[in-house]
Amino acid sequence: MKTNQLIYGLITAALCALVFHLDAQNPKGKFGTFALTNATVETVTKGTITNGTVIISQGKISAVGSGIPVPAGAEVIDCKGLLVYPGMIDGGTNLGLSEIGSDPRTQDFNEIGEMIPQMNALTAVNPNAVAIPITRVSGVTTVLAAPQGDLFAGTAALIHLQGYTPEQMYAGFQGVVLNFPNTGRRGFFDRRTDEEIKKGAENAQKRMSEIWDRAVQYSKIDSATKGKAGYYPEMQALLPVVRGERPLLIEANAAKDIQAALKWVKEKKIKNVVLTGVTEGWRVAEDIAKAKIPVIVGGVLNLPSRDYDRYDQAYANAGQLFKAGVKVAISSGETNNQNYRNLPYHAGFAVAYGMDKAEALKAITIVPAEIFGVADKTGSIEPGKDANLFVCDGDPFEPKTQIKQVFINGWQIPLVSRQTQLYDEFLKREPGVSKK
Amino acid sequence: MKKILLILICFFSLSAQAQDKGSMLIKNGTVLTVTKGTLPETDVLIKDGKIAQIAKNIPAPQGVKVIDAKGLFVMPGIIDPHSHIALDAINEMTSPVTAEVAESDVVNPLQINIYHALAGGVTTIHALHGSANAIGGQCVTLKLRYGTFSLDAMRMEGAPRTIKFALGENPTRVHGGGSNIVPRTRMGVEFVIRKSFSDAKKYMEDWDAYNKNKSVKGFRGAPPAYNLRLETLAEILKGNILIHCHSYRADEIMMLLNVCKDFGIKKITFQHANEGFKVAPELAAYGAMASVFSDWWAYKFEVYYSSAYNAAILTKNGVVTSVNSDDPEMMRHLYLEAGKTQKYGALTDDEALALITINPAKQMGIDARTGSLEVGKDGDVAIFKNHPLSIYGVPQFTIVDGIVRFDKASDPADMRLWADPKQNLDEATFYEKGTDHCMDGTEFLFTSDKK
Repeated sequence: MKTNQLIYGLITAALCALVFHLDAQNPKGKFGTFALTNATVETVTKGTITNGTVIISQGKISAVGSGIPVPAGAEVIDCKGLLVYPGMIDGGTNLGLSEIGSDPRTQDFNEIGEMIPQMNALTAVNPNAVAIPITRVSGVTTVLAAPQGDLFAGTAALIHLQGYTPEQMYAGFQGVVLNFPNTGRRGFFDRRTDEEIKKGAENAQKRMSEIWDRAVQYSKIDSATKGKAGYYPEMQALLPVVRGERPLLIEANAAKDIQAALKWVKEKKIKNVVLTGVTEGWRVAEDIAKAKIPVIVGGVLNLPSRDYDRYDQAYANAGQLFKAGVKVAISSGETNNQNYRNLPYHAGFAVAYGMDKAEALKAITIVPAEIFGVADKTGSIEPGKDANLFVCDGDPFEPKTQIKQVFINGWQIPLVSRQTQLYDEFLKREPGVSKK
Repeated sequence: MKKILLILICFFSLSAQAQDKGSMLIKNGTVLTVTKGTLPETDVLIKDGKIAQIAKNIPAPQGVKVIDAKGLFVMPGIIDPHSHIALDAINEMTSPVTAEVAESDVVNPLQINIYHALAGGVTTIHALHGSANAIGGQCVTLKLRYGTFSLDAMRMEGAPRTIKFALGENPTRVHGGGSNIVPRTRMGVEFVIRKSFSDAKKYMEDWDAYNKNKSVKGFRGAPPAYNLRLETLAEILKGNILIHCHSYRADEIMMLLNVCKDFGIKKITFQHANEGFKVAPELAAYGAMASVFSDWWAYKFEVYYSSAYNAAILTKNGVVTSVNSDDPEMMRHLYLEAGKTQKYGALTDDEALALITINPAKQMGIDARTGSLEVGKDGDVAIFKNHPLSIYGVPQFTIVDGIVRFDKASDPADMRLWADPKQNLDEATFYEKGTDHCMDGTEFLFTSDKK
């Protein structure tokens, strides 16, 4: 009997150890009521609260301020000396749609066809992409998972970096991606002649206009037939865009492409437009401001786009656009490396080269939330909003700053990724050089 | 008349040379020596291109340029141990072994990227051959003396010879995949390297035997056929050329360590070494060094199991580690890349700064000349507003051999030394982040219009 008990005990202990071990490898998020106390709260929209408290309850920020009572049963997290920020939003990624840059079998962001707005990024988001924890432990809680490709490349989706299904991750915004016909070179390897580039862009622009005109036509037929215009999936996907209910995210980078896009949007009377990329936005900043179209700058850490431009022109782009009166969000543009965790450094460089610091912070929090129409739910620390936030020990733009807590949809996210696990395993490797 | 002309030419070439080394006094900066601590409100005197004195209140010698660095940070010029700028050719991918070719033949001093790098505080770069071949070409160490039209003036005189090796996906893709010759696998890569070293050893022995016997009376043998490839490989075996090996996975790093051990090669730096952290104890024990990305990963399968903590793990295990760019964009902010090691592994300021100064200097064999602010070293200095490890750090002056090559306050925007008269001024080029520049020049092998 005693031996049996001992064996059972040992088995239980072993099982517990195993479970505990697995737990340590892949710890789970935690949902509940939390009180972040004694914190400096950077609300972004309502100023800075010193010695403040943030209450997280049922997935929401339920209260923010100083001297707020801690609800019974709340887990108190003392944030003395720490700062609370809204989760950062990267408005231009392929996170979840790509695992390994050079392996097409792991990539789902580039479907075939030039008119495929019905291709839905959300359906291909892999909630278990290794890059998701790697991104969120750095305080980036929300990203736009966007398709790439030819003209109308598909429908992008805003996702929170928490959840086990695309539906759980979905953050309430979708938009159709249009790659505006490009007259710039794609890099040193682009060896097309000037004539080829020009011709290619002209043809593409013609096709783009045809597609749009058909979509407008389809919308009229759809209205007239009360939704019985027939099964034309690409036209149906453009319906909400034609009707202004869903934005067209137009990627344009060269100055004259941006101008051509503005002209095209005006001609076609497209109501809901966001410009993305806008590498040379500074050249035509006044035009963009006049058109009242918001932009998502695709990365600050970039080379100048022309060899005769000032060396720091890419760093200064976002700040110059803002100064001209454009609504500016900043994305990292770091798709090949899946390095969206560098988003705060892009914002930081914009500050180092002229952008106002508070505006740069807005450009990666509340402004993208506004552009995506989800500012009522996220993008700042305000009561009633979803609890997407992080806690850190200093200026989040500074590379030495450590992230101490991350909450997404009210879930306390374990600060573990494959990269931290490798650190834990290999900092002091056992065995070392000896074979034992 | 001819004589006068000759004298005039001599005079001008001399004065041109003299201009390559300057003198100046940098006053009252926070001096980050990297190797000898941080000195507040201290002056740095550079005389004829060398650091002559580091002290408080150095009186300005007459006629010497003075830079007021009060409130600024003065650090050693940044060294990028892995770059492909200032070169007109990167990959001689016609054979898995091309030790005979040298990047020093194709230096291009006119590239605007050189100025961009200066504007990021970089003064010295290791311009590497690409990674298409298991044994690639020889590399060249350059000082960013932007403004010169001379290929020779760009080279860092006296820097040791170095050569590029490459393991893993790139050589197997180019040769096995592209041309259906060995290597197609990591097995093949090891074989190619071992065979090359064995051939070089035999070549050396043949020459030694010939040299020993040729003066012997009655000797009738012919000298071995001169072979530049084997000559170069022999210099590696003799320790006269340093290996810089493109590598990612821990197993392939161990492979080359074992090969080096078998052939008695001691000086080796693993470039990229994304999984270097997994064999940090072995690297440290061998005295091998590592030059890594701060955080690049996921761009191909062999970097899938990377960690941004790589540099910190290597450093804390005693491996001489540097952070490199391999990229004309990232090389402009290597100070940010070094700063990231404070997030990923909490390195100290000096440890982080060493990653982009004294440590790459050690790997390139130029640490007696540069990489820290010490009396007697070259006058290579970067002056920052705000600490260079801060995101708000902005280079103000970059000085090479005591000559200001970048001055933020007097930057006239267009800094080209050469403009293509046929250039379409209205055209933009958009840089793609995260592409593998080690493979520059091989794209045609992998595109549909394969030529």
